[in-house]
Amino acid sequence: MDAAFVPGVAVVTSALSLRKILGEVVDPEIPVLTIADLGILRKVEEAADGTIRVTITPTYSGCPAMDHLRAEIERVLGEHGHDRVAITTVFAPAWTTDWMTSEGRTKLEKYGIAPPRQDPTEEILCPRCRDDGSRLVSEFGATACKALRVCSSCGEPFDHFKEI
Amino acid sequence: MSRLHEYLIRLADDNLILSQRLSEYISRAPELEEDLAVANIALDHLGVAMHLLSYAAEVQGDGRTADDLAFLRSEREYTNVLLVEQPNVDFAHIIARQFLFDAYQTGLWQALAASNDETLAGVAAKAAKEAAYHLRHSSGWMIRLGDGTAESHDRAQAALATLWRFVDELFAGDDLDAEMAATGYGVAPEELRSEWDHRVDSTLTAATLQRSEDGYQRSGGRNGFHTEQLGHLLGEMQWMQRSYPGLQW
Ligand SMILES: [Zn+2]
Repeated sequence: MDAAFVPGVAVVTSALSLRKILGEVVDPEIPVLTIADLGILRKVEEAADGTIRVTITPTYSGCPAMDHLRAEIERVLGEHGHDRVAITTVFAPAWTTDWMTSEGRTKLEKYGIAPPRQDPTEEILCPRCRDDGSRLVSEFGATACKALRVCSSCGEPFDHFKEI
Repeated sequence: MSRLHEYLIRLADDNLILSQRLSEYISRAPELEEDLAVANIALDHLGVAMHLLSYAAEVQGDGRTADDLAFLRSEREYTNVLLVEQPNVDFAHIIARQFLFDAYQTGLWQALAASNDETLAGVAAKAAKEAAYHLRHSSGWMIRLGDGTAESHDRAQAALATLWRFVDELFAGDDLDAEMAATGYGVAPEELRSEWDHRVDSTLTAATLQRSEDGYQRSGGRNGFHTEQLGHLLGEMQWMQRSYPGLQW
């Protein structure tokens, strides 16, 4: 198995600091999550000629944030003196919410969005009161990655980051 | 024109045209949640179309971009199936069209995820997850409409009656399909039919709805022969690029 495609982010050779730098890039629609938290950032490596090769994968086919993220990656690397950047978008293996880091899940819940479950037989907890009773209002929320639910205990609506 | 390019174009066109149709409906759904759903589903289809058209452009290598392919072809050059270009009419038509098509694409993408072409397999594996989710949504609504009020039942049945004539075309393979299946790049659509029948029938039974069995069937989309609906759709979709060539956001 390619070492680059394990959950989280594989870091190749001296790219450790680059991975940290790119950890500053946040998802424009859920600004508490970085592309590392989401598992969108698949690989960072420095080529012999100094080009930084970044591999990313989209969450959903039509994710409108991808163009923005590519521009952000170039901008952030540029600020750190890396002007030669090559960004590749890969589709296989397809992104899954299993790649979201546990840190990402914690940040998501604090932000008010129920994180994707690692075990989909578990109940979804209300991010406000942590009650496990809620009802699906809509399979599709404000963005492709979220569904809309309402808590049966505190009565508040909340977004759930869907497992895919 | 390479055969793979042609194949990618037909797969892309189904998604591009359906995405445009769904987009027309945004803000007109019966409730806000469905506006969000339609917008999200349209976006998924648009994403698939964009990735396939980008790859088609790369395969062809004649300098045309994905945008050129999306906006600057003539009606006869679009090879989408007729089903996806059919007008929105009402919510029941939107759901029925989506349901028939989701049931088809769910099987299609699962099969294409095993394509010998690595890029196509990657796009398909991603789209398979989305199609399954779309199907859950459209099936749920078919049941709610069919097994709902007399009005919603009649509208859902009427939509099925109108759209059923475009079903056989989904599974009518031609030379290109056969060639792509033989090379392991593609899939013979005939092989997707029995699973589709099973999927559709189980939902229709739960929805107390009937197949339309008058036997009348239309086709031609794969050869660029469309219903009059497509021209109107393209007129709106292409207006900006035709009026302001090369315009960039
Ligand atoms: Zn609550």
